[in-house]
This record gives sequence, structure tokens and C-alpha cells, in this order.
Amino acid sequence: MRRMRSAAPSIPDRGQSVLLLALAVFMAVLLIGCAQVWAIEARREVRPDGLVLLHAEKNNLPIVEVTLLVKASPSDEPPEKAGLANLVAELLPEGTKTRTSEQISEEIEFVGGGLDASAGRDYTTITLSVLKKDIDKGFELFSDILLNPVFPEDEISRKKELIKGGLRQSEEDPEFVAQREFRKALYGPHPYGRLISGSPSTIDAIGRDDLLWFYRTFYRPNNSILAVVGDISYEEVEALLDRYLSGWKPGVVPEVELPATPGLKEKVEITIDRSLTQASMLLGHLGIKRSNPDYYAVSVMNYILGGGGFASRLMSRIRDDMGLAYDVYSSFDSGMYGGIFEVGVQTKNKSAKTVIGVILDELERMRREPVTDAELGDAKAFLTGSFPRRLDTMKKIAAFLTVTEFYGLGIDYDRKYPQYIDSVTKEDVLSVARKYLDPERYVLVVVADLKKAGF
Amino acid sequence: MATRHGGGFIRRVASLYISLLALLLCLPLAASAEVKEYRLDNGLKVLIAEDHKAPVATFQIWYRVGSRNEPAGKTGISHLLEHMMFKGTPEYGSKVFSRLVQKNGGIDNAYTTRDYTAYYQVLASDRIGLSVRLEADRMENLLLAPADVRDERSVVMEERRMRYEDDPQSSLYEEVVAAAFKVHPYHNPVIGWMSELASIGRQDLLRYYKRFYSPDNAVIIVAGDVKADELIREIRESFGGIPRGPEKEPVTSEEPPQKGEKRVYLRKEAKLPYVMAAYHVPGFPDGDSAAIDVLASILSGKSGRLYRNLVRDKKVALNAYASYSGLNVDPYLFFIEGTVPPGGDAGDLEKALYEEIDRLKETPPSEREVQKAKNQMEAAFIMGQDSISFQARVLGVFEMLGDWRLKDRYIEAIRGVTPEDVQRVARKYFTRENRTVGILIPEGG
Repeated sequence: MRRMRSAAPSIPDRGQSVLLLALAVFMAVLLIGCAQVWAIEARREVRPDGLVLLHAEKNNLPIVEVTLLVKASPSDEPPEKAGLANLVAELLPEGTKTRTSEQISEEIEFVGGGLDASAGRDYTTITLSVLKKDIDKGFELFSDILLNPVFPEDEISRKKELIKGGLRQSEEDPEFVAQREFRKALYGPHPYGRLISGSPSTIDAIGRDDLLWFYRTFYRPNNSILAVVGDISYEEVEALLDRYLSGWKPGVVPEVELPATPGLKEKVEITIDRSLTQASMLLGHLGIKRSNPDYYAVSVMNYILGGGGFASRLMSRIRDDMGLAYDVYSSFDSGMYGGIFEVGVQTKNKSAKTVIGVILDELERMRREPVTDAELGDAKAFLTGSFPRRLDTMKKIAAFLTVTEFYGLGIDYDRKYPQYIDSVTKEDVLSVARKYLDPERYVLVVVADLKKAGF
Repeated sequence: MATRHGGGFIRRVASLYISLLALLLCLPLAASAEVKEYRLDNGLKVLIAEDHKAPVATFQIWYRVGSRNEPAGKTGISHLLEHMMFKGTPEYGSKVFSRLVQKNGGIDNAYTTRDYTAYYQVLASDRIGLSVRLEADRMENLLLAPADVRDERSVVMEERRMRYEDDPQSSLYEEVVAAAFKVHPYHNPVIGWMSELASIGRQDLLRYYKRFYSPDNAVIIVAGDVKADELIREIRESFGGIPRGPEKEPVTSEEPPQKGEKRVYLRKEAKLPYVMAAYHVPGFPDGDSAAIDVLASILSGKSGRLYRNLVRDKKVALNAYASYSGLNVDPYLFFIEGTVPPGGDAGDLEKALYEEIDRLKETPPSEREVQKAKNQMEAAFIMGQDSISFQARVLGVFEMLGDWRLKDRYIEAIRGVTPEDVQRVARKYFTRENRTVGILIPEGG
């Protein structure tokens, strides 16, 4: 199911898709949906330099998965230099004091490992995957790109061209175009309103000094969370940190200051004409922050509405009953500083208006009448029962540990989550539907052959 | 069935490097989970790999039927039938299966390929009995209600619009493959041609279902936290009474050798030109398969030749990929392709792609490059084992070629590849006469 497919073979898409980046954040947040029988035995320590260290030993395979979450995101960059957080992350593996870009990729790929850095909506992650036998080599490279990046001028211009080219290619993807316009309409000047990669003009405005400033300001141990999961003891992790990260010094990190998001006063319709056979549509409005106590009731409500794949009302009506779409979903993408509610669908041009009608009808129904006992029970059973599956690899556990720490959910979150979900009542679902769904004031983006779609 | 990101048929995404190495990402090697094999009297084969690291298991059933088996004029019928398998039996109505699985915290989905159709669930391991009962039921008792056929056909047509008609690189891929195969059914896309899809009715589906969905044409694969002896009892109980199907006529089409370059041009709304070249190559267990796979690996990755030379240095590509899967039942294609950067030229990229091929013909790759490919595979083997889904998938893929044990032979073959082998296969297959080239020409700014 779209957005619930951690165990399904994924279908990578090309390049800089906002949707994918948004999805990555969403998946991380979704991952925080778990628990029951199977708890993660993790240890949490705050290191003297302020780094939060999370560790879970798993000896079933000789591998180690490392995830470093740095609290550095587009919310920390000046709007006229949008894309700065992303460009810093992209350039970490492109040259250090002692290694060229080629040397870094050659060394890690030679041992069959993975070393990646990428900026998301709320934070940046650097991940390392290696065989146990290569852990020293892996940590050496990991610490090198984290501590000693030099941002060479030629790599900066090369990377900028690749990102801008990727953006150009993404223009071919109607869902990308719809997402970009949708965010812009909802969030305006707020960093959630723009692409993580920035736009060609803001990318061009970024200089080496900006990269150095951003890196030096935000890439600090007291601004970061490290999870190490796998065939490695706590003592071994400590020894690695002493050896490779002792040169990492804490610093003062500025508070994030963000513009207000006023919300919508009326319905906003954005139409984009393309020579396509299908209308790609997004309909939605502001959602909730991850810290909102209604998060769990909203999770249950959204599962029933359109988050639960074939178990959801939207899929049931639009795909199963009407045969009008291959995919339709709803989601609440909840971040540190805000959230987005969206319904996404593709249908042949001439069905566009019919489908919009059904979506609005379902939003209204959600607000009008309580869900059935069966729907509530099924939603809760899925959300709580899918925990072991969603955390069935070391990589997933490492990501889960850093994200729960980042959003302040607690080291025992995997055990608490089922209680949060189980306590949700039908009244709660109705109440959050009325509070957070608005079939009157929303943004609708339609990318289609507009004439055929009737716009 | 399948929603877009959850499976569906395996779309070949232009930017994805799927080689055997990548697939073997998954192969159990060190501390390899033991595979237990059973065969029921009705011909159903069962493979069970116990892995107790987490209380989760995957149940999969693979049918030996894909677009390769489709009758003329009915392309897409395998995939449409896959969708219909979710539309219920007299005992369990439409989508009840999926709902039951989700209610139990699991996921289920399916995908159709050229050679096979696979259904899978991932569940808490104590609920795996659900899969056994429901898969047995829909192997035998599918409803195929006319109204459902009509609706689901529309859904698949939407899927085709989304994945192909409105996606320029996928459209080009479809053109190139269709041009490369003039005889063999690999000519046809798995999702089917639109007009033929529209012509598939209930009777077609029913005939196809009766012919191919039978125990003797299927393999069950289970990986995860299960007890094999208990599970096989349950499987025997549920599947044992299902009769064998009719004899299957083998697919006899063979693609004759290509005698000259073929070129196709596609004009379509897009932003950047795209270049793709496809070479006919043998698949595993052909003796050249491993060397072709190592060749693909040498071209791939951030430290591979395509990124380094075409993207970084010459800047003739925004991205560039080599992909090879030798795990088809009949010989398929090796692809080398890329996106032209803004302001770039498709001719320059095409030339640069061939230069990389020619370099391998002239000089064998370095020992280190070959060693790197092998190391990547070894590491990928071990790391891949962390996922039960991939463990099961690897067993399935090799089983479709005849025997899951072939995976070990494949690993051995890769280990034996030398730089000279890579040069030899480059010379043998990567000729101008043997290639089909596709160029995407963007229209509409």
C-alpha cells in the first residue's frame, strides 16, 4: 500500500522528488507506529559533548547499521538560500581534508558498504552500513565526512548542476509538480512551503561561505543523535566514538525562527495544463505537528479515511467500487513545525471532477458520523499489530531510534504506542475529524490536460 | 492489485540498477538459513526457511505464469488476473483477504513479471495460518464476477496510464523492448497494450486461471519465524486436496539473432532527452551470465565508470545506468542508458556510452574493479539476509529458473569471474549489430 509499504519492494524514482523526500519524512514518522509483544532493548546515553547515543545489540548477522541524525534542516536556512541544508549534506562525501570525492566512494564501495548523507524536512541523516569486519574502515570514513568536509569549489558547482538538472527532470513528473505547488500554496514563505532541494535561483545564490557557516553552526554533537545497531557491544561503540569522534566539538546552536502559517481563508484551486492522459491531483490543507496530543486519534482516523490502503474508505469507493484510480490515499504528514493533510490520486482526465466529488463527500462523512466499531477495531489492530514487521531489520531499528529521540517520544515509545492507539475511541475519531478535516477550505492542485478534465 | 508503491508488476524504472548482484543483495550466505523442501502429491512445491530473529514471517506463492505465456491479442491478462485474485471467492468476498491481513497487522500484495506472478503477505508469525487458508482458497475458487472484471480492468487501464503513457522514460523502455524482440513474447509489456487490455473478458480470465493456477504450477515460499514441520502440516491440509491442472504447453518462441542495429525515436512531452541502448544477452545459467553481471557492476555505483566518467568528468549525462538481470526464463536484455543534462546533446551521451563499452572490449577491467564487484556481492548477501522478504524472493527467483539451489552455483560463478572474462563477454555481445537504441525527444518545453 502506498505509504505503508516498508516490507514491500520499493520502486525508486528518479532524482530530487519532493514527494520522495516528503515520503521519507513521513515513513520515518510512520515508523513510530508500533509495539506490543516485541520491545527493542536499547540503551540511551548522553555523551559529555552532548551527543545522544542510542545503542541496540543484535547478533543475528555480522553487520552494523549506523544512523546519525543532525538537527539541521531547511528550517535553519535563509529563504533566499533555500537548498543550503540539502547542498551541505550532498557535499559531505565530496571531499575531506585527506580524501577526494573519488577516494571516498571507492573506499566505501570496495568493501560493499553504504555511506549516505541526505537532508529531510526536519533533519539531516548520515547513514553507514557495513559488515562487522569493516567497522573500522566504515567509521573512519563516516567520521571523516562528518568532521572534515572541505566543500571544494569544483564539487560545489558540479553538485549544483546535478541538483538543478534533477529538478528539471522532475518537472516531467506530474506528482512532483503537484506536490511543489501544493506545499507552496499551503505554507507560503514558511520553509515547509518550498522544496528541500531549493530552486535553481536559490541554489545559485549559495556560496562556499554559506556552506561552511551552515556546517559549522549546525553539525555539532550537542545538536545530533547517533544510533548504532547490530553486531557490536556498547563498549565497542564507545571505543569507536573515542577514537573517531573525539575531535567533534560542541557549539552554540541558534533557535529556529519561522514565519507564521495563517491557514486558508477559502478554497484555493491551482490548475496546471499538461499533455497527459491522467489528472494528477492533490487536495488538502494544514495538518498537525508531530507533538500534537491528537496525533494518535488522527492516525486512526486517517487509516480509516485513506491511510489504510485497501481497508480505507477512499480506496474502497474510488478504486474498488468505481474503478476510477489505481491509487488513492490520504495522509497526515506531521513534522516538528507543522503538518500537512493531503489526499492524492491519479485518474483519467475526464474522471477528475467525479473523483474530487467523492473525496469531498468522504471528508464530510468522516465529520458527520462516527466510524463503525469494525472500522475502529481494524484500524487499531493494524496500527498496533504491525509493529514487529515495521522494525524487522537493523536499518529500520536504527532509523526508528533516532527519530523517536528527535521528536521526544521516549526510549520506551515502542511499548507505549499501542496504549496510545488502544485508548482512541469513536468519539475521539469523530472529534479529530471535525477539528482537522475541512471540506470547505482546502487547496486543490490539478495537473492534467485541463480541457479534457473539465477545468 | 497492488497500489503503486506497494508492488504491482515489476516496472522497470529507468534509473534503477537491477542486476543479479543487486538482487542477490539478499542471498543468505554466511550463516545461511537452512531451506527445507517439500513436494505434495498434487505437484505443489514448498520451500521453508526458518529465521527466528523477529516474530515475523512472509508467506509467498509464486505461479509459473507471466506475460511470456499470454495468448495473442490478450496481452496483460496475467497482470489483470493478478488484480482479480484480490476480488474474492464465494467464501471470502472482494478485498476480504487484504482486510484480514491488515487487521492482523500484516501487509499483502502481489506482482506480475514476464515469467511469473507472485503473491505475498508479511505477518506476525503466529498469524501465518491465515495466509495458508486464504491462498489455498483463491487458488481454486476465484469468483471473477463480471462487474468486478469490468471495474478492475478500468483500474489496470489507469495503472497503465500512470506508469507508461504519462511517463516518458517508461514509454521509451516499452518502445525499445518491443523493437528488440520481434518474435519472442518478451516483445509485449507485462501490463499489456491498451486495446488488448480492453478486450479481456471474464471468459478469457477464467480460462487462463484454470490453465495456470494449479498446485503443480506453483511454489510456496515461507521465510521467517515459523516451525517448518508444523507449517507443512497446515499446508498439506489446505492445499493437498486441490487437483492438478491441465498439462502446460511450453513456450517455444525463440528470438532469432539480431542482424543489425535497430533505432527507435519517441517524441513525447518531457524536459530532457533520454538515451537507451539494449543488447541481447544470455541469462543464467549460461556460462557468460556471471561475467555480464560483473560488467554491469563495474559500470555502476558512484565509484563505477558511468558516474565517474560520464556524469562527473565529461558531464554528458545527468545520470547514467547499466542494468542486467540474467534471471529471466528466456534470454533478455542488457541496458545502458542515461539522461542528457540541460543544454546537453543526446548524440554526445550515446557516443560516450559506447566509449565505455569499447574501453572494456579493448582493455580488461582492473583486478580491483572485479574484486570490488565481488566484495559488493558478498556484503550484499549478508546484509540482505536481514530481510525475510528478500530471502524468500531470492529463493523464488531461482526456483522459477528450475531450482532454488542454483543460487549457490550463481555465487560460485561470480567468484570465478576474471577481468579477461569481462573483456570476452564485452566483445561477444556488445556489438553494434546486436543493439536496439531508443532516443526520447522532448516535446512541449
